Amino acid sequence: MEIPSIVGAGLIVIGAGLGIGRIGGSAMDAIARQPEAAGKIQTAMLIAAALIEGIGFAALFAGG
Amino acid sequence: MTQFILAALVVISFTANAQHSQPEHGNSEKVAWEDMSKEERTTEVNAIKQHHLLDDHDFTITHGVSFPLPVILWDNGLQVFMSSKFHHGETVAEVNGNFYKVHHSKIYKTDSEGTITMDDHHHPTNAKPFDLSITKNVFVIILMALFMFFLFKGVAKAFKSGPMPTGAGRFLEPLVIFVRDEIAIPNIGKKQHGKYMSFLLTVFFFIWFLNLAGMTPLGIGVTNNIAITFSLAILTFFITQFTGKKTYWLHLFDPLGSSMPWVAKVPLYILLVPIELLGTIVKPFSLMIRLYANMTAGHIVLMSILGLIFVANSWLAAGPFSILTFLLSILELLVAALQAYIFTMLSALYFGAAAAEEHH
Repeated sequence: MEIPSIVGAGLIVIGAGLGIGRIGGSAMDAIARQPEAAGKIQTAMLIAAALIEGIGFAALFAGG
Repeated sequence: MTQFILAALVVISFTANAQHSQPEHGNSEKVAWEDMSKEERTTEVNAIKQHHLLDDHDFTITHGVSFPLPVILWDNGLQVFMSSKFHHGETVAEVNGNFYKVHHSKIYKTDSEGTITMDDHHHPTNAKPFDLSITKNVFVIILMALFMFFLFKGVAKAFKSGPMPTGAGRFLEPLVIFVRDEIAIPNIGKKQHGKYMSFLLTVFFFIWFLNLAGMTPLGIGVTNNIAITFSLAILTFFITQFTGKKTYWLHLFDPLGSSMPWVAKVPLYILLVPIELLGTIVKPFSLMIRLYANMTAGHIVLMSILGLIFVANSWLAAGPFSILTFLLSILELLVAALQAYIFTMLSALYFGAAAAEEHH
């Protein structure tokens, strides 16, 4: 049986969502612990999220 | 507060009106919108969505109001004519004995009847002349470049008379400082950042302004075009390679350094060096895909939700979906700035790796 590529697209979204969610959650923890470092944490968080998002979009384009 | 609600209502009704006339556009001689089945309406809305994301040879301001742009083709010599000859893609344009027709915003060479032959995958098999036209996207880029040139020239001039920013400079100065102090210096370093600043500032404001222009009802989503994000990304790629210092090249071709004898390095490097070289291509590639996909996805989501009103074809659907679109548009304004920031930030990160000095 052939699996439609839309299933793959769904899996990608789950994976990317989990990844970005983890980054966001960890950043929240970090900011709560060290509110004075919020700016730096936010920058690092955005970069990491953007990298995952890039992979997610690339996979979506290849499969979706 | 009431003023805000009023303004919001005006914006919503304007967007709704602007969109309402569109689904009927390509459909005027066929079945009336009300008489179509839900599936037919979905197809129609999807066609409009597709069309909105494509580049065009006409500049359409709103329903029925458009002006032609010059078409420049290289087809056994230069062929220059105005896109009004196509009559919005409905007729065949004859130029110096050659016939051209527009199909899905692309120009094909045809016979005098304008026949376009399709292959099995519904791709036209007609010859495509080399298209150098001033399309809608090119036109908007030229406009935006002129706008930015005069805006920043004026701001720069104001600094000659004193250190205090005036006019637009009051708004732009903090952003320029932000790009320098939060993006360039932390990633590239205080000593090196100077030569990259002009590119980083240009790319930041260019992407941001184009993203914002894409949010206007004019339908000029320039950053939705992968060719444009490709050009921006390839600039980052070339600047990274051409400003690469010794450390950067050593890291590419000799990542393990002197800590290992060369006999052990050779088999490892057969695997490592190609991966490192691939990495230099993947980085700008992800820049290109990220900007393109984010802006395209945003527009598709907005238009899909607006399109639901016309698929449902009911006044009940208009209210909630319009409000949802309005709220998502505000989110898109944030994304517009965020994507400009991310592109600049990652470019600075790659430049930083290229400009790094030896630290051991």
